[in-house]
Amino acid sequence: MRARVDLSALADTTWKEYALRFLLGGAITVATGLIARKFGPAVGGLFLAFPAIFPATATLIATREKDEKRRAGLDGKFRGRDAAAIEARGTATGTLGLLAFALIVVGELRSSAIRPEVHQSWIEGHLLPNHQPWLVLVAAAAAWFLVAVLFWRLRIALQRNSS
Amino acid sequence: MLAQLLIRFLVGGLFVSAFSALGIIFKPKSFAGLFGAAPSVALATLALTVGTRGPLYAATEARSMLGGAAAFFVYAWCAMFLLHRYKPPTTVVTSALLFLWLAVALSLWFLFLRPGA
Repeated sequence: MRARVDLSALADTTWKEYALRFLLGGAITVATGLIARKFGPAVGGLFLAFPAIFPATATLIATREKDEKRRAGLDGKFRGRDAAAIEARGTATGTLGLLAFALIVVGELRSSAIRPEVHQSWIEGHLLPNHQPWLVLVAAAAAWFLVAVLFWRLRIALQRNSS
Repeated sequence: MLAQLLIRFLVGGLFVSAFSALGIIFKPKSFAGLFGAAPSVALATLALTVGTRGPLYAATEARSMLGGAAAFFVYAWCAMFLLHRYKPPTTVVTSALLFLWLAVALSLWFLFLRPGA
C-alpha cells in the first residue's frame, strides 16, 4: 500500500467544513494559552496534544462515507463508522510522531535557554547546535512526520506478513 | 490582551486548517489519519510562546505535551477499537472519549510531569 495525493478531494470539501476546522483550531489554541496563563505552563502544555479536531473530522468522514453508500442504494451507517475507525487507527500512529515532536522541542529549547554550552541529557542540544527556536520547531515538525510515516509503514508491513 | 488572543486564534486556526487540508488530500484513509495527530496546535502555541515568554517557558509546555500525546494515543486507540468492534455513533464515541483523554493526561501529569513529581 502506497500513500498518494488526490487534490480533487479539496474541491469535495465544503467551505463550512473548512470553517469548522479553522474555528476549532483557533479556539483550542486560545484555550491552551488561557489554561497556561491560569494554571501554569506545566498544565497548559498537556493541551498542546488535545484531540481538538478529531471528533469533527471523524464525524465528517463517517457522514461522507454513509452518504456515498446511500446514493448507491445501500445502508452505509456501519461502513461510515468503519471509515472513522480506519482514520482513528492512522491518528493513533500519528501520536507516536507527536511524542518525537515534544521530545525534540523540550530537549533543544531547554538546552538553548539554560546554558548553550552545557547539555544536561542525551537529547539536549545534540541535534541543533545553533538552537534557533524557529529551526527547532521546523525540525520537530519534520521529526513528527518521519516518525509517523515510519510507524505507518511498519504497521502495513506487519499486516502484510500476518495475512 | 485581546489583540494577543485574536492573534493566537488566527495563527491556531491557520495551522490547524493547513494540516487538516493535508489530511484531506492524502490517500488511503489510514495515512490521512496521521494528520489527525499533527502538531498543529503545538506549533502555533509554541511559536507564539517562544516569542512572548521565551524558550524555557515553551520547553516546560513541551515537556507536559509528552503526557498529552500519550493520552492522545490512548484516546485514538480506544476510538478505533470501539468504532471497529461495536460501531457506535461516531460523534458520540469521539466526543465522550475526550473525557478519557483528560483523565489520562491529568493522571500522567500528576504522576510524572508536575513540578516535584
